Amino acid sequence: MSEAPSKHPDAATVIERIRALPLRPAKFMEVCGTHTVAIFRAGIRNTLLAERKIELVSGPGCPVCVTAAAEIDDVAQLALREPGRITITTYGDLLRSKGHDTSLADARAKGADVRVVLSPNENIALAQQHPEREIVFFGIGFETTQPGLAHTLLEAERRRLANFTAYVSHKLVAPVLEVLAKDPRLKLDGFVLPGHVSTIIGEEPYGFLARDHGLPGVIAGFEALDIIVALYYLLAMREKGEPHIVNAYKSVVLPEGNIRAREMIDQVFEPTDAHWRGIGAIPMSGHVLRERFAAFDTHLRFGLERVIEDESGFGECRCGEVLLGLIKPPECGLFGTRCTPEEPVGACMVSSEGACANYFRFGQRR
Amino acid sequence: MCLAIPGIIEELEGEWAKVRVGGVTVEANVALVPGAALGDYVLVHAGYAIQRLTQEDAEESLELLREFSEFQESLDEGK
Repeated sequence: MSEAPSKHPDAATVIERIRALPLRPAKFMEVCGTHTVAIFRAGIRNTLLAERKIELVSGPGCPVCVTAAAEIDDVAQLALREPGRITITTYGDLLRSKGHDTSLADARAKGADVRVVLSPNENIALAQQHPEREIVFFGIGFETTQPGLAHTLLEAERRRLANFTAYVSHKLVAPVLEVLAKDPRLKLDGFVLPGHVSTIIGEEPYGFLARDHGLPGVIAGFEALDIIVALYYLLAMREKGEPHIVNAYKSVVLPEGNIRAREMIDQVFEPTDAHWRGIGAIPMSGHVLRERFAAFDTHLRFGLERVIEDESGFGECRCGEVLLGLIKPPECGLFGTRCTPEEPVGACMVSSEGACANYFRFGQRR
Repeated sequence: MCLAIPGIIEELEGEWAKVRVGGVTVEANVALVPGAALGDYVLVHAGYAIQRLTQEDAEESLELLREFSEFQESLDEGK
């Protein structure tokens, strides 16, 4: 791992350094949806990036966007199976995302008991307050979110909760990065790596990008300056022909990540194949509960099959290509016309981290 | 959704803390940050503190959080 200065210089100095590098077109991917927001906020897309011929494509780092449509259908159907007994809980931005058939918001409108929680831990109190109901938590999210559910399940086990299960739909970042690094259509020159996922997993899981694929990566924060600094490192490493993984967010990302959180994840979950909406099945890119926690597994409790393969087509919606960085949102025929934040067709327009929602919000039409 | 928000621990009882984020106080579990103490700045995500940080870092990321929340609200209100 390379050393990055702990204190960043000011933006003007970094931009000067970027301008001093030879002008060669570059294509980087920001993996994290929150980075997509940060890049728009920085206001550099039509200025610095255009001037230096740097293309930044959004990646699959939006948990709502990559949740398989068949899983949303599954949970919505479960909610409607016995509305008098089953309560579904989940994070708010998943409510409006549609499966093939329906969304959780639709299920709620039809009488299902669907509730929004801000933390997985809220399920504990809910299960205790409603012993007559089955509380089912639809748990999506990347590594940042996973330790919270791990802790919640350990707590549920300790309290011997009999009416709480989790429908685990976690996604792991490293396996999808490998898919992206190998995709011959993408031709990436490097990655802006997710800051808060890295808070948990640290630097090491990204090492293969530089080692096996010759691609540099920079773990970055979410301020405009963080983004500009990350771009400078990426460009500079490419010029030198020395790809590394640089941690430019040392204030919250330790090289080893959060060891306690990683231990807890490992105690409760094991990796399994998972389906990413619009992308397909990726080996060992999701989580299943370990056998010890079988009593808290929604799939086992209600006899559901795990979704590993799902049809990838969504009519004219090109979310899948957006998530892989193959097209930018405005290249989709639905963007801004039949698909808007008010009336979203695809998941990328639903979430505030979705690439389509942000291109629309910031008026980026090309 | 992977955005974690910074705040300061104002109350602490066992593994539960009251964390002030900007003007509001949220409940957060600190089991993932062993040794977390009163007055520590922590990053909070989905009801859990996931890392300690300095005051300077905490203040920097609050600005982003504000704008981000407003945006999600505007999306959710859309329908």
